[in-house]
Amino acid sequence: MNAGLSEYLVLSGLLFALGFFGVLLRKNTLVIYMCLELMLVASTLALVAFSRFNGALDGHVFVFFILTVAAAEVAVGLAIIVALFRKRQTVMVDELNHLKN
Amino acid sequence: MPHVLFYFFSFLTVATAVGVVVNKNAVNAALCLLLSLVGVAGLFALLDAYLLAALLVLVYAGAVVALFLFIVMLLDTQGGTRKPFKRLTAVASTVGLALLVTGLATLVSRTQFATVAVPTAAGQAPVGAVLKHYAEMLFTTYLLPVQVVGFLLLIAMLGVIVLSRKHAVPEETK
Repeated sequence: MNAGLSEYLVLSGLLFALGFFGVLLRKNTLVIYMCLELMLVASTLALVAFSRFNGALDGHVFVFFILTVAAAEVAVGLAIIVALFRKRQTVMVDELNHLKN
Repeated sequence: MPHVLFYFFSFLTVATAVGVVVNKNAVNAALCLLLSLVGVAGLFALLDAYLLAALLVLVYAGAVVALFLFIVMLLDTQGGTRKPFKRLTAVASTVGLALLVTGLATLVSRTQFATVAVPTAAGQAPVGAVLKHYAEMLFTTYLLPVQVVGFLLLIAMLGVIVLSRKHAVPEETK
């Protein structure tokens, strides 16, 4: 007896919620970015589970594209963080308040 | 047996995801993210998506986490520790988490999902396990998205080169 669709969906939702919690809680931009990646992976898990339990391959192909876009996104995002650090000497979001006033 | 493996991998994934969120040290958080991704790859393998499991380990656990570790160690801003959370931040993010969990739990519990997998024909491998199906879809139905994604990777590469170039900022613009 294998685990059903709802178990996978609960797990995916839990993972997404944990990533969301991390994005809200943490102050380090790099850790926030890691939590964003966690949310992205949680959504791919839901897609693969739906695809498996419907017997279609489209979800798998979609996850394939998500993985590609995520790799590009991480490269660009980390380059932005490095550029930001070069300019401001910090990656903490509560010190990056130059748009405030 | 798959049931035991499902619970093992889901426990690994969720526990290390908690580790990513609460860890004091950014390097440890990245390593927890690595373990979490390995757990998700195991779940993909349980869902018969073997190609995606391998890709997840290669792309995410290999390239992305290595990049994260590289940047964390390059920046090394605060000696690996963090300030304690502000009470307001902790309360607000816990409320946000509770709202999201309630919404998702309601959505999952109210919806009727098919509880058994679509039975495959006798002697036929499940649909995600055959590489030929991927090739057929990627090069017929999804040919245009494949080209677009390839172009996107090229643009991302160019963007990273432009972003990380050290340009002499002219001082008189300030």
